[in-house]
Amino acid sequence: MIRLQVNGEERVIGDDVTPDTPLLWVLRDSLGLVGAKYGCGIGSCGACTVHVDGKAVRSCTLPVSQVAGKPVTTIEGLAKGDELHPLQAAWVKNDVPQCGYCQAGQIMNAAAMLKDKPKPSDADIRGAMTGNICRCGCYTRIHTAIQDATA
Amino acid sequence: MNAHDKSISGNATKLNLAASAAYTARLIDEVETLPPAAAITLGRRGFLKLGAGAGAGLVLAFALPTGKADAAESNPRLINAFVRITPENTVIVYSKGPEIGQGIKTAFGLIIAEELDADWKTVQVEQAQVNSKLYGYQGAGGSTSIPRAWDQLRQAGAGAKAMLVAAAAKAWNVPAGEIVAQDSRLTHKASGKSATYGEFASAAAKMDVPDPKSLKLKATREYRLLGKRYTGVDNHKLVTGQPLFGIDVHMPGMVYASYTKSPRVGGKVESFNEAEIRKMPGVIDVFALEGTGKPVEVMPGVAIVANNTWNAFKAKAALKVKWDESEASRDSISALDAKAKDLAKNFPATIDPKTGAEIGNVDAAFAKAPHVVEAYYDYAFVSHSPLEPMNTTAHWHDGIVEIWSPTQQSNRGQAAVAEMVGLPEDNVVVHQTRCGGGFGRRLMNDYMMEAAAIAQRVKAPVKLQWKREDDFAHDFLRPGGYHQLKGAVDSGGKLDAWQEHFITFTADGKSEVSGGNYSANLPHTTLAPNIRRATSMIPLVTPTGPWRGPKDNAQVFVNQSFMHELALAANRDFVEFLIDVVDRDIPELRVPAGPNINFNRDRAKGVIKLCAEKAGWGRKLPKGRGLGLAWAFSYGGHIAEAVELSVDDKKHITVHKITVVADVGPVVNMSSAENQAQGGAIDGLSTAMGLDVLMEDGLINPSNFNNYPVLRIRSAPPLVEAHFIQSDFRPTGLGEPAVPPLAGALGNAIFDASGVRVRTMPLKKLGYTI
Ligand code: FES
Ligand code: FES
Repeated sequence: MIRLQVNGEERVIGDDVTPDTPLLWVLRDSLGLVGAKYGCGIGSCGACTVHVDGKAVRSCTLPVSQVAGKPVTTIEGLAKGDELHPLQAAWVKNDVPQCGYCQAGQIMNAAAMLKDKPKPSDADIRGAMTGNICRCGCYTRIHTAIQDATA
Repeated sequence: MNAHDKSISGNATKLNLAASAAYTARLIDEVETLPPAAAITLGRRGFLKLGAGAGAGLVLAFALPTGKADAAESNPRLINAFVRITPENTVIVYSKGPEIGQGIKTAFGLIIAEELDADWKTVQVEQAQVNSKLYGYQGAGGSTSIPRAWDQLRQAGAGAKAMLVAAAAKAWNVPAGEIVAQDSRLTHKASGKSATYGEFASAAAKMDVPDPKSLKLKATREYRLLGKRYTGVDNHKLVTGQPLFGIDVHMPGMVYASYTKSPRVGGKVESFNEAEIRKMPGVIDVFALEGTGKPVEVMPGVAIVANNTWNAFKAKAALKVKWDESEASRDSISALDAKAKDLAKNFPATIDPKTGAEIGNVDAAFAKAPHVVEAYYDYAFVSHSPLEPMNTTAHWHDGIVEIWSPTQQSNRGQAAVAEMVGLPEDNVVVHQTRCGGGFGRRLMNDYMMEAAAIAQRVKAPVKLQWKREDDFAHDFLRPGGYHQLKGAVDSGGKLDAWQEHFITFTADGKSEVSGGNYSANLPHTTLAPNIRRATSMIPLVTPTGPWRGPKDNAQVFVNQSFMHELALAANRDFVEFLIDVVDRDIPELRVPAGPNINFNRDRAKGVIKLCAEKAGWGRKLPKGRGLGLAWAFSYGGHIAEAVELSVDDKKHITVHKITVVADVGPVVNMSSAENQAQGGAIDGLSTAMGLDVLMEDGLINPSNFNNYPVLRIRSAPPLVEAHFIQSDFRPTGLGEPAVPPLAGALGNAIFDASGVRVRTMPLKKLGYTI
């Protein structure tokens, strides 16, 4: 049995989940939080990005046993109630998504970056976001939306 | 279910790779060809109202000319149609097509709302159920979603509006012609009467349905909604992580499956370590499927059913299958490349009109031409790799199989599953989910059929989830290709002769593989009095298929690069040369009359000229910087692109700006159109720079995104400008046209910057980085 802190709530994971299970699949299959996506399973695409202890992590390669007791935030917990995080609002305003599959990971990655760098430069954005693939090629708008959210 | 009740020796399966390849070849033709316009406009009695089961208010569906007029009323499962107006004044629009990132859900909603004169703020767009009797074609491919549905959706909106107006006219006792409908409100000025659509929704449902032909649709200049910028209707859900995609489907009691096929396509299961797999954590069942022997359906493999995805994956990693590879692929890219080079040495002695063409006399033209150029171009196989790996949830219950699938071809999937499992089509219920990218991959429903076959043996809903590695190993690749070209420019500086020997692949020894035949678009844009084209084919086992902008995505690179070589040889400005090439009447190449072939010289010239202007063509650029341009008539669109870049002495490329100019008729949603133009150009750049799939002795490489370098934001150009020439022609799609011109513009820019010609894609093979 593993106890998790997800989006401010305590969640208990049953024995049907082995301790080596990546956090991604626990979120998706056991907790019904499907915002974090599976894209590669090897830390190469960023689609599964969530926050652990406030830092962006690739949940597809992080065994759930290592997360026990640490605060986890997923895209479902990023907004404050009905009030969207500035990045989420900027994403909607700038109509960033195409297929949208990568976007939760993009936003979570950008949100962690903004904690360290509230006013990122162009180079900061390109550096920090380069681990997140957008197969649809929304990069111009991702860049614009991050700038917009921090303006 | 006991694994022993069925022979696990997959040897019983008869492989039929050629039939599968023929299916994907036919698929491209069918998907990219628009049906005759008559089939998509509605005849008399085209509309039908739905009965009580449809909920309160006005609900409008269609009877297709070919469908049964009462399909909607007689089908109890049918609860939605095209448009529903509730008494609470909410307008619900049902989007019949798959959303694969092309923005169709928003676009379809807007098209209906425009003719309905609805208030967009109160419009909800929902995914329609899969029902070809009601909706007709429900696929996405060939950039045809909008052109196919354009009339149908506009008539749905206009028809609903006419019924609302009729209801108000009756209640107010005024002539219908005096009632103005706007922003979901009906107003009669003279009497001062006014009401919301909702107030008349129930009364409107009792009005006669109009004859679609009697409806007057708006002219472009009357649009209130179309052409402006809208954020996507699902964006709020996307940015808050709500379930939308196939992978997000969750059902009570659901179990999770993986499926393992031979890494060499065509391998059959001989045996596997069943006892060991059964002992793995969470494993519920493991069994082999013989499959149907076709890669587009179900190939032999081993299914593992577990209590969650991770356990299904973990057991898959421990699975050891002994494959019978006697008929499996042994394709090797090095051997194929070498064979092509060899074939290129000799132009075929005879030209098969099915795979080639001959106009004028190229030999005579070459003999007298002042400028003759020869070149060999090649490009690699590439993978679709949409970001959401293939998956489908299937559930057998109550005599039906119910399926939730991220597919681009739901109707085809439904029919294929029905045939495979021997159920009538009505007993295969398919739910369309949002797709995490498509790019043509999901035109094939192999993963849907696998899920149905696996679920047949499990008494619970099953979600089949492919690993990313499965996606790369079992794709339907964009075929590589090789082109030996010879061209001539006459003394007046005009293109005089074009000879092309296309070396491609064949699965059946007779015809080209899917995506590996000459583009039907390029003849419109290669107008020369002397043309000779021939094809040679190399046998291939690896499955290929439609990949975003099939054929054009590679052949436009070859065409526009070689065109640039010819212009330079003749010392001509490339833009002027290109315009000369399209602005020419070659009787044999005249566009045949027909409603769906929309190549137009003026539109071609329009995009080329505007692109040159917007990109600053003719400007003096600093050393190491170059500007390249290319254009295409592709998937109904006329589109030109320019790339401005720098190349350093280590062959590192920095793209400063991409300019896209498209004419796809009236734009429905300007924000989405720009997004497609930008995304298509980025996809073109990503693929041209770094993407290739190699086969060595039948094994596919890459395996995952760590060795398939999809372009990252770090390498993306800071600026991708999109401009639209909004002509009055019928609208065409934008999912594909922005891909093809990019690679040609890129190569031409590299030449402009460095004097080096690139004739190979991806450019990483030539040592370029980005
Ligand atoms: S799924 Fe985790 S990085 Fe790709
Ligand atoms: S929007 Fe499709 S992968 Fe980013």
